Amino acid sequence: MIVATVIMAIAAIYFLAPVAWLVIASTKSTGDLFSTPGFAFAEFNLFENLYDLSTYQGGIFWRWGLNSIIYSVIGSALTTMVCAITGYALAVYRFRGRSALISVVLASLLVPGTVIAQPTYVLLVTLGLDNTYAGLLLPALVYPFGVLLCFIFAQSSVPMELVEAARLDGAGELRIFVAIGLRLLASGLVTVLLFAFLGSWNSYILPLLVLTDSELMPLTVGLTGWNQASITIPGLQILTVVGSLVSIIPIAIVFLSLQRFWKAGLTAGSVRG
Amino acid sequence: MSTATVGGSRRRRHGAVSPWAPYLFVAPFVLLFVLFLVAPIAVAVVNSLFSRQSSGLGFSGSSIEFVGLTNFARAFADRDFIEGFPRVLLYGAVQVPVMMAVAATIALLFDTALVKARRFFQFAVFLPYAVPSVIAALLWGFLYQPSVSPILQFFESIGITLSPLASTVVLWSIANVALWSLIGINMIILFSALQSVPREMYEAARIDGAGEVRTALQIKLPMIAPALLLTTLSSIIGTLQLFNEPQVLQTITSNIPSDYTPNMAIYATSTLGKDPHLASAMAVILGLATLVVSLLVLAANKRTTNRANHGL
Repeated sequence: MIVATVIMAIAAIYFLAPVAWLVIASTKSTGDLFSTPGFAFAEFNLFENLYDLSTYQGGIFWRWGLNSIIYSVIGSALTTMVCAITGYALAVYRFRGRSALISVVLASLLVPGTVIAQPTYVLLVTLGLDNTYAGLLLPALVYPFGVLLCFIFAQSSVPMELVEAARLDGAGELRIFVAIGLRLLASGLVTVLLFAFLGSWNSYILPLLVLTDSELMPLTVGLTGWNQASITIPGLQILTVVGSLVSIIPIAIVFLSLQRFWKAGLTAGSVRG
Repeated sequence: MSTATVGGSRRRRHGAVSPWAPYLFVAPFVLLFVLFLVAPIAVAVVNSLFSRQSSGLGFSGSSIEFVGLTNFARAFADRDFIEGFPRVLLYGAVQVPVMMAVAATIALLFDTALVKARRFFQFAVFLPYAVPSVIAALLWGFLYQPSVSPILQFFESIGITLSPLASTVVLWSIANVALWSLIGINMIILFSALQSVPREMYEAARIDGAGEVRTALQIKLPMIAPALLLTTLSSIIGTLQLFNEPQVLQTITSNIPSDYTPNMAIYATSTLGKDPHLASAMAVILGLATLVVSLLVLAANKRTTNRANHGL
């Protein structure tokens, strides 16, 4: 029992220490960042850092934050809708091509996402969608793992008897999906929503390829750009640190507070997976 | 919503449903799937068979010509690109087992209820997953630099000089970033699977006199084999595609060249080298390599499961 707690304590230090350093480093000036011990507070410079963060290059950091939110919120909401209606249809209907579609979805799980980033970029250029919001949003809507999860959830949580009763009452198929299917799938959809959200929030290689206009960039691309530029512009180092902290706080809060919802969904997925 | 009230309506399983409904429902996904998954693969394959040929001195423009498998030959002859494969395979061979072992250990510890302050520990283990991998790499990038890193400074003060960015160990410093980011999510998936194992299974083991450790190894782990396979497989696919962490750390060390991993080489060939045709050939090679490795893992798993079933 003591052994268990000791192991956990070591693990906790490993996982939390870098974040603790980030918090402390964010309160330092550029000079103190290099001249004072990493885990010790120096002169409190957080508000100056936040001011600099907000004003550098006309406050582009907040624009990146807004972009990240646009890509993640709109992207994950649409992705979840697409996954939900597809998974529901696969579970509820028997139609020609159904088993072929299921096989294709399963097979596509083995297609490495980042490998198709380069050809996706080529395709987006052909379609004239490079360097646009749509160019980054549309490819993210294809989420085979989400479809599979919805299919599994729908199989176990949408009783055919209920669907048929609604049909007898004269409800249309779309109405049945919205009124019954979506409601019964809700807990599973939270899982899909959160994974899709995190996927977009973390997305890096595709925006790196697709976007040239810094006004359209998400935080990941913007901040790594600053990190790269900090070799020649020393002041950017502390802005990268503060920017990293600011960018992870909201997502950490949202994600950790929604834990119990998506963890429930995960359980349902993993036993049958 | 009770289903008991609608008994007897089974007779119309394939009844008056509009035959178009299922197709309309799956249409958006199928359309997007074809456009953004099938088409890019087709684009990559077709692109890989062509090349831009500049005519004359290059002033009179250039044309795209069919060159067959030339780009593949060039890719295989590109030593820097090819050397990335054993590198990511070595990386995966170490990173994936370590990650799964740590994630499984923590998940099992949580499951035994031996651990106090469980919520705090879960928060700690899981927090890094909420940090985008690119930001995690930025963060560790600072912790790998002697001028700012409290960790390196601590070891320095007790007489140990660490240089995580040295060419011999930089691969493992990259692995550390990935471990830090991903142990949490794998732990949660395994823990969720453990929670859904019926408790009676453990009671039986306890009556047979098995201790916590034996119960964990011989009952709990086999029970969550599907979840273990799922997480292992997705981790392996992830390591072959290694990009974010080394790409970010590249800015602070010269020991990570721009073609350090196959995926980085594809990116560099496409952007810096401005040769999308060669990059497409490389992407096809990496995609096939990933597929082969995934299928090998699945086959190996099937064999061990079969053997286990025969053993019972």
